[in-house]
Amino acid sequence: MVLHEHGPDDGHEPHHHHDAGPDAHPSSAHDAKALISARGLWLERSGRAILQGVDIDIRPREIVTLIGPNGAGKTTLVRMLLGLQAPDRGEIVRRKGLVIGYAPQRMEVDRAIPLDVGRFVALAAGAAQEKIERVLAEVGASQLIERQLSELSGGELQRVVLARALVRSPDLLVLDEPVRGVDYAGEAELYTLIGRLCSEAGFGVLLVSHDLHVVMAQSDRVICLNRHVCCSGVPQSVALHPEYARLFGPQAARAFGLYTHQHDHRHDLAGEPRPPMAPDRRPSDQES
Amino acid sequence: MAEPFLMRALLAGLGLAVIAAPLGCFVVWRRMAYYGETVAQAGLIGIAVGLAFSLDLTASVLVVTLAVSGLLVLLSRQQLVPFDSLLGLMAHAALAIGVIAASLVRGPQLDFMAFLFGDIFAVTGSDLRWVYLGGAVALAALVAVWRPLLALSVHEDLAAAEGVATERTKVIFVLVLALVVAIAIKIVGVLLTIAFLIMPAAAARPLAETPEQMAVIAAIFGMLSVASGLFLSISLDTPGGPSIVLMLAVFFAASIFPTVLRRQR
Repeated sequence: MVLHEHGPDDGHEPHHHHDAGPDAHPSSAHDAKALISARGLWLERSGRAILQGVDIDIRPREIVTLIGPNGAGKTTLVRMLLGLQAPDRGEIVRRKGLVIGYAPQRMEVDRAIPLDVGRFVALAAGAAQEKIERVLAEVGASQLIERQLSELSGGELQRVVLARALVRSPDLLVLDEPVRGVDYAGEAELYTLIGRLCSEAGFGVLLVSHDLHVVMAQSDRVICLNRHVCCSGVPQSVALHPEYARLFGPQAARAFGLYTHQHDHRHDLAGEPRPPMAPDRRPSDQES
Repeated sequence: MAEPFLMRALLAGLGLAVIAAPLGCFVVWRRMAYYGETVAQAGLIGIAVGLAFSLDLTASVLVVTLAVSGLLVLLSRQQLVPFDSLLGLMAHAALAIGVIAASLVRGPQLDFMAFLFGDIFAVTGSDLRWVYLGGAVALAALVAVWRPLLALSVHEDLAAAEGVATERTKVIFVLVLALVVAIAIKIVGVLLTIAFLIMPAAAARPLAETPEQMAVIAAIFGMLSVASGLFLSISLDTPGGPSIVLMLAVFFAASIFPTVLRRQR
């Protein structure tokens, strides 16, 4: 994976020629192998640029982590990729028939609606009861199926939201800050789970996070966003990039370097199954 | 019970309770009580127009509730005035216009009580047709959009990302609400219509574990309130609509207080 750099002043317009190969410069053509491919996304609000020509591609079996400080436009970019918000300029190409599973940031449970976990998951697809039970088992939440949504803890709710994203058998899983409100151990566990499900089921993952260490360990590629793409590439190259250090401070870069060296063997963009990737410094119970 | 006016009142009230229950649940879930109140108060303009041109009152109210719903959808797209302020503004402007228009049409001696609080004992055969035919249309439409509407009420972005046509679903819901409000106004009045929608649903919440249970329990509360309210009205010679709403309040209190007391321990 090449490290791509984009300055804030590139200002590239979306191009519509499709003659370049998948490894061409990202601003030139959509990635033919990608599940979803965006070029030159641009958004301004009240004269302030929120996104300045953002390119992003996510391929099958790839875990892409989007990091960036608050106000970097991470959630806006995700909303555009999901089709919830239109860019002022730019173009998004989805693979035909793409099914997206989405786990939104900070799922607020409305107590006014009586809803148990099984029903919440079923709202996604009208999936068969058997399928609902299977995804709840996959995320380790089988025992919650008859509990009211309003009775769940933060960690339990995240698992249930993940189950709903999985129940439609997605090609692409979009997780916006999935560990918010989850404790440190639960966080590592959740990322391990996502990594395992990704390699088993073969979907692509777009993970949005402000959390640096654990995310990095599970990622094939990191995109560092601050209204424009500051830097992107395999975790190591991003960690060493001066833009990354500038955004998150040298300490973050050091911490990050510490976590990534053991994952050198995992960058199989060809999509071969990967060995388990539980970070062994953390309490990791894959089943619960 | 053989009195025809009482039978008609009972049939209209029970029918209305069944239609209002599932719709009222969504009004509660989507926090649209004040929205519904605004649409209902605007109905008074429809009554004035209907009286002026000797039209079917429910039909002319329906035209106005639909028009006001459309106007509210448009106005909700601006952000300079918050939506709840806008609703307060519209509700009272509509009430003022309605009262003035009705006074101009019928003179100052017009009995507003019948339009503000309804006259359930004056229900006609035409009103009953509106309740049962219009109500069947409203229920059918609500059942058709039940799942997407529920999904977007739980989490709109999540539903939209999963492919729910959120805008279309919301428009259908708003139209159904306008229809049911128009049907109810002739029977329970401009000021009590929204009570008919939200009170049974609110009373059902503590007892329900699924959305559908809540709708069914709300219908049961609504029907019990209609029956007991009409009985109260006949026995004590009290106004019909307010008596039903009083019973709805009693059921709500009985339902919610055990929850409140349990929480305090």
